[in-house]
Amino acid sequence: MKLVTMAVTAALALGLTGAQAEPVKVGLITTLSGGGAGLGIDVRDGFMLAVKQAGNEDLEVVIEDDQRKPDIAVQLADKMVQSEKVDVLTGIIWSNLAMAVVPSVTAQGKFYLSPNAGPSALAGKGCHPNYFNVAWQNDNLHEAAGAYANFAGHKKSFILAPNYPAGKDALTGYKRFYEGGLAGEIYTKLGQTDYAAELAQIRASDADSVFFFLPGGMGISFLKQYKDSGIDLPVVGPAFSFDQGILQAVGDAALGVKNTSQWNKDLDNPTNKAFVESFQAEYGRLPSLYASQGFDTANLLLSAMAKADVNDADAFREALEAGEFASTRGNFKFGPNHHPIQDIYVREVVKEGDVYTNKIIGTALSSHADAYWADCNM
Amino acid sequence: MIRESYLNALTVLVLLAVPLWAVVADEPFTITLMTRAAIFAIAAIGLNIALGIGGLVSLGHAVFFGIGGYAMGILAHHAQTYTAVFEWPLLIEGTKSMPVIWLVAVVLSSLAALVIGILSLRTTGVYFIMITLAFGQMFFFFAISWAEYGGEDGLSIYVRNGFPGLNTLVPIEFYGLCLGVLLLVLVFAWRLSKSPFGLALNAARQAPVRVETVGLDPVRLKLVAFVISGAITGLAGAMFADLNRFVSPTMFSWQTSGEIMIFIILGGVGRLFGPVVGALVFVALEHWLGGLSDYWHIYLGLLLLLIVLFGRGGLIGMVSGRRAVHD
Amino acid sequence: MSLILLIEQVLNGLQFGIMLFLMAAGLTLIFGVMGLINLAHGSLYMIGAFCAAAVAGATGSFLLALIASLAGAAIAGALVELVVIRRLYDKDHLDQVLATFALILIFSEGTRWVFGSFPLFLDVPDFLSGPITLPGGIEYPLYRLTLIVVGLLVALGLYLLISRTRLGVQIRAGENDREMIAALGIDIAKLYTIVFALGAALAGLAGALVGAIQSVQVGMGEPVLILAFVVIVIGGIGSIKGALIGAILVGLTDTLGGIFLPEVMKLFFDPSTATSIGSSLASMAIYVLMAAVLILRPSGLFGARA
Repeated sequence: MKLVTMAVTAALALGLTGAQAEPVKVGLITTLSGGGAGLGIDVRDGFMLAVKQAGNEDLEVVIEDDQRKPDIAVQLADKMVQSEKVDVLTGIIWSNLAMAVVPSVTAQGKFYLSPNAGPSALAGKGCHPNYFNVAWQNDNLHEAAGAYANFAGHKKSFILAPNYPAGKDALTGYKRFYEGGLAGEIYTKLGQTDYAAELAQIRASDADSVFFFLPGGMGISFLKQYKDSGIDLPVVGPAFSFDQGILQAVGDAALGVKNTSQWNKDLDNPTNKAFVESFQAEYGRLPSLYASQGFDTANLLLSAMAKADVNDADAFREALEAGEFASTRGNFKFGPNHHPIQDIYVREVVKEGDVYTNKIIGTALSSHADAYWADCNM
Repeated sequence: MIRESYLNALTVLVLLAVPLWAVVADEPFTITLMTRAAIFAIAAIGLNIALGIGGLVSLGHAVFFGIGGYAMGILAHHAQTYTAVFEWPLLIEGTKSMPVIWLVAVVLSSLAALVIGILSLRTTGVYFIMITLAFGQMFFFFAISWAEYGGEDGLSIYVRNGFPGLNTLVPIEFYGLCLGVLLLVLVFAWRLSKSPFGLALNAARQAPVRVETVGLDPVRLKLVAFVISGAITGLAGAMFADLNRFVSPTMFSWQTSGEIMIFIILGGVGRLFGPVVGALVFVALEHWLGGLSDYWHIYLGLLLLLIVLFGRGGLIGMVSGRRAVHD
Repeated sequence: MSLILLIEQVLNGLQFGIMLFLMAAGLTLIFGVMGLINLAHGSLYMIGAFCAAAVAGATGSFLLALIASLAGAAIAGALVELVVIRRLYDKDHLDQVLATFALILIFSEGTRWVFGSFPLFLDVPDFLSGPITLPGGIEYPLYRLTLIVVGLLVALGLYLLISRTRLGVQIRAGENDREMIAALGIDIAKLYTIVFALGAALAGLAGALVGAIQSVQVGMGEPVLILAFVVIVIGGIGSIKGALIGAILVGLTDTLGGIFLPEVMKLFFDPSTATSIGSSLASMAIYVLMAAVLILRPSGLFGARA
C-alpha cells in the first residue's frame, strides 16, 4: 500500500516539475501502399524527420500501412492499442478512415493527433478531449477559397466536387464564405477521370470563375482537360490538387492557378526554413503540405512530452492544448474543440527552374477557426 | 500426405488453441485476427455453397456482405442516437441486440439474393460472373452517395452490440461467439451437401440435362442455393461490422467480392473446410507480409500465383494430395 | 439546354466510348480466342501509360511515347503470357480470376517500386492541344477528336486484320475450334502469345492516349478494367463489333446520364438534393444498363455462345 502511495506521489511530483518519466509509444497508421500512398509517405517522412531531429530516446514510433481500407485501419488501431500498448495514435490521411478509427481509440482513453483528416463530425458534436487535429478542419481551405473568390471579385462561380461527404463539405465550405451567385453546382463521380461533360457545361454556362475540389488523380485529370478545353476562366481550389507531390504531374496546366493552404514552403519563419532544407537534404525532394503537417504533429507531441507525463492524461492533454511548439506555419494555436486557429494563405502555382511549385500571394483568412466549435461540448 | 479429415481436425484445433494461447500470453490482438478470419470464413462458406456445390461463380457476394454490415450499422446507429429507423407506416426502432440484427441481416440479404438470383440466373458462365459484379457495383455506388448513413465515410458504432449472456467487449468472448456461429454454419453446410437437395444441386452443376429428366428444375435448385448462400454471407457481414464497430461502402466493393472468392480458391473449392483454411491463411499472410516491406503486395501476389499454378485443389488439395472436388 | 451543348455532350459520350473500346477490344479478343478472363488487362493499360510518360519525359516526343507504350505493353504481355498465362488456359475461370488478380498486385506494386508513389507527367503534344471550332460553332478539343479518329482507325484495322489476313483466319479458327487449328498444323502456342501481345499492345496504347489527358498513376487501370468488362459483356464476349457498339452505348449512357439525371431530378427536388440524387443514379446507370441487357439477352448483344 505504501509503495503505491509513494508511486502516486512521485508521479504527481514529476508532473508538476514537468520532467518526463515514462517513454511515449506512438502508433502511426497511414497509407503506404496502393494508389494513395504518396500522401501517407509524406506524412510519415515529415513526422519521422521531426522525431529524428529531436533525438528523444523516450519516443518510440510503430508504423503500419492501412492500405486506405477502413477495416484494415480499424484492425491496426486495435493492434496498436491491444498489443503494442501505444499511448498516442496518429497518421491517418482519409476522413472515412479517421471516422472509423478515432471515436473508438479516444473512447479507450488514447490520444489521437490527426495530421490530415478533419471531418466535421469530429469537430462539432463528436469532438473528444483526447482528439487533436493538427492540420485543419476539412472545410477550412474551401472556406478560404470562398473568401478569396470575393476578394478577387468573382460574381458567378461554377463549383464542382465528388459525390461523397468530403465533397459536399467542400462545396458547403466554399458557399459559407462566397458571396456571389452560382453558375452551376455539380457532383461528379468519386474516382472519375474524364471531365469532358462537366467542362462542356462550364463552357455553356455564364460563369466567371471555377472552384473545384478534386483530390489526387481526379484533380490532375481535371486540370489537364480544363487547359485542353480552351476555357479561360480563373480557377480557385484548395491546396490538395496543387501540392508538391502532384504538381509535377499536372505541369503547365496548373500555372497561375490560385489555391488556398495553411502552409507553403516559402512561409517566412525560421522553423519552416529549417524544415524545408532538412527535408530536402534527408529525402531528396521538396516537402508537401502533408509533410509539413506530419512534421508539426510530431513536434506538438514532443512539446507535450517535455511538459507532462503521458500517463497523467489530464496534464498531458493540457500540454497538448497549449500547442506550444515551433510550427512550420508560424502562429499556431488550438481552438476550444482542439482544431487549429490559423492563417490560411492564397498561393499561386509558379515554375521555379524546372520544378512546379507554389508561392504565397496573400492571406485569405486570418486566425480562422472552424464553423463547428460551438457545437462541441467537452 | 495427410488425410483431409485429419487436416480438418487440425484446422478446428487451430481455431480453438491459438486464441486460448493468446489469452494466456496476453496477446489480445491475435484474438482479433482470429475473429476476423472466422468471420471471413463464414462469408466464404456462404459463397462456397453457391460456388462449390452449385458452380455459381458470383463476383457479387459483397452485396450480401455489405447488406449485413449496413443492417448492423443502421440499426445500431439509430439505437445510439435514439431515433427511429422508420416512423411510417409502422414504427421501427434501432437496436443494439446482436440476435435481432443478425435476423434482420439474414432476412434482408436473402431477399436481395432472391431478386439478384432470379435476374442473374438467366445467364451462365462468364456472363453470370459479370452480371453479379454489376449488381455489386450498383450497391457500391448507391452506398457511397447515401448521405443519410455517412456516404463514403461510413458509420461508426461506438460500442459493440450486445449478445445475451456474453460481454462482447471482451475479445475472447466475442471470438467464442463467432467461433460458435462458424461451427454451426460448417455443420449446416455439411448436412446440406449430403442432403437430397445438395446432391441434386451437385448434379445440376455437373449434368443439368439429367437433372431435368428426373423432373427437377436446375435453375430453381441454383436459385435456392444462391439465396442460402447470400443469407450466410449476409450474416457474416453483420458480424464483421460488429468486429470493426464500423461499416462503409468498401464492404460492397468488387475487391471484397474478390477477396471472399480468394479464401475459397486458396483453401480449395467445394471442400467443406476450404473457406476456413483459406481465410486463416489469408489473414495470417496479410498480417505478416504487411510488416515486411511497403511493397508486400508483390509477395502476396507471387504467393497466390504459385498456389494457383502449382497447387491443385488449393492448400487442402496440396497437403492432402486429393484432387479438387470441383474441376 | 441548347442544341450545341447537346451535340457536344454526345461527342463527349462518343469519345469516352471509343476510349473504352481501345481497352475492351484487346480484352474481348483474348477472351474470344483463348477463353481467358484477364483481370490484369488494366495493368497492361497502366504499363502503357507509364512507358509513354517515361519516354516522353526523356525525349519530349509524343510519337515516340506512343510507340514506347505499344512496345512496352506488348513485351510485358508476351512475357506474362509465356511465364504465367499459358498455364491458365486449361484451368477454370475461377483459377484465372485468382491468378490474374495476383498479377494485378504484382504489377501495381512493381510499378510503384520502379516509378515511385507520385503520379507521372504526360501531356497532350502541342500540335494537338487546344480546341478547334467545328461547323455550327462548337468548340471542341482537337485531342479528343483525334482520339475518336484513332479509335475508329483501330477498329477498322482490327476488322481488316481478322477478316483479311492469315493471322485473322487463325484467330477465327481458334475461336471456333481449337483442335481444328492444331490439326491444321498451326502452332497454337505461338498464336496465343501473338494474340495476347496484340491485346496487351492495344491496352497499352489506350493507356498512353488517355494518360495524356488524365492522371498517370498506380491503380489507374482498375476502374477502366471494370468498365471494359461491362463493355464486352454488353457487346457479347469475343465479338469485336459487340465491343465497339457496347463501348459507345456505355460511353453515351455514362456521359448523358451524368447530365440529364440531375436535371430530371430538379423537377422533383431542390437543386442541391437533385444534383446529389441525380449523380448517385448516374454512377449506377451503366451497371443498370448492363444488367438490363443481360436479362433480355443473356449472351450480350452480339454474343455467339454463353
